[in-house]
Amino acid sequence: MTDSPLVQDFATDFDHSDPQWVADPYPIWEDLRERCPVAHTERYGGAWFPATHAGVSQIAKDTDNFTSRAVVMGNGRPTELDLPAPIGGAPPITSDPPFHAIARRLILPAFAPAPINALEPMIRELCSKLLDGMAGEDVVNAGTKYAQYIPPSVIRGMLGFPEDDIEQFFEFVKIILEGIDHPEEQRIVEFEPVEKYFVAQIEDHMDNPRDDLTSYLLNVELEGQNLALEHVFGTMLLILVAGIDTTWSAIGAAIWHLAKNPEDLARLVNEPDLMPVAIEEFLRFYAPVTMARMVKHDMDYLGCPMKEDDWILLGFPAANRDPVVFKDADKFIIDRAENRHVAFGLGIHRCAGSNLARLEMRVAIEEFIQRYPKFELADAEVVTWAPGQIRGPRNLPIRILP
Amino acid sequence: MKVRIDPEMCQGQGRCFSIAPGIFDFDDLGNGVVIGDGTLTNETLELARLAQANCPEHAIFIEE
Repeated sequence: MTDSPLVQDFATDFDHSDPQWVADPYPIWEDLRERCPVAHTERYGGAWFPATHAGVSQIAKDTDNFTSRAVVMGNGRPTELDLPAPIGGAPPITSDPPFHAIARRLILPAFAPAPINALEPMIRELCSKLLDGMAGEDVVNAGTKYAQYIPPSVIRGMLGFPEDDIEQFFEFVKIILEGIDHPEEQRIVEFEPVEKYFVAQIEDHMDNPRDDLTSYLLNVELEGQNLALEHVFGTMLLILVAGIDTTWSAIGAAIWHLAKNPEDLARLVNEPDLMPVAIEEFLRFYAPVTMARMVKHDMDYLGCPMKEDDWILLGFPAANRDPVVFKDADKFIIDRAENRHVAFGLGIHRCAGSNLARLEMRVAIEEFIQRYPKFELADAEVVTWAPGQIRGPRNLPIRILP
Repeated sequence: MKVRIDPEMCQGQGRCFSIAPGIFDFDDLGNGVVIGDGTLTNETLELARLAQANCPEHAIFIEE
């Protein structure tokens, strides 16, 4: 919504693409929590934003009144061209009960702790190679040269896509997420290369089945039948998109924080056992992912007159800063012992890739600080934050200190 | 003292078995499960409570 007027009052006219929200949303959410706590906007055809943990939690768990049929908020709504509820275009994230549980059960085993933990040596080698590639430089771009490459490289391997295709994935994610508000006709044209790529991968895996997620999805059976190709396509798309700029954002935000907070960096360097606890605080404080739901029917909910097909912008990052649930919610406490953060969502749509995301974060940060135990932001002014529902630093120049 | 996980409430957030791997494990879907019958000792109670305090789904119950 780059052409939209600037927001004057986020309570009545919020927009998550407003430059103020993109640059620093936390004071906005704090203000909304105190005086709203559910914000509204007529933008995007009507949307609501609960700013409290209680509101986010209630809606996330309420699949009777809200549908996940579309999870990226835009000007349009799903059309007859999209797969209907309860399946949706990218199962299981776009699915509702009862189909949701079936679609989710298909992919959970691949993302369970045992198979994911086995990827650690590969991820470590990947990070190490990326760091080798920038060796000797005084200023390294931890966003575009490091964090950005880790998740797509891992996901590429899991889906069994060719090694040289990673650059294309960035373009795909951009088309899918950032193009959300392009006119329908333009969007169909933009989507063509994405569809073409996935169809080619599906055909290649049909001809040459192998031990990867794509072949698994093509061969798995539900009640004696293979999945519809639309289902396979949608789930592959989900795994690629959901697994890329989310974790990239989380890794980038953690490095950004450490660059600005040398005492936290020193603690992590000196106390490696602190890492798992620190990861959870990075996830709470810099939760990258905001989801969306759609209102199923007209109703009065949380004191708001919601209309069918209104959006709900489900701000897990805002819930994570709610002082009702978190002591010193606006403080980053690297050894926070009790941390019920909801960075991966709540309820039946808990991020299926959370084990992988945590592993990638831990290994990426461990390798970075082992190589560079002292660093700072090279230029705070040039750090850019991604707009939309995935928040993280993109351009992140880091000065390596002796 | 016993700890249990409500399987309906657990969504596989993965906090319990990371914090207290001696008390909790995970199943093939990544959901948390209690190891054995969940009996806690004075030594393990504190860790079980810490896991409970970190479960976003409030799915862990300790009966004393």
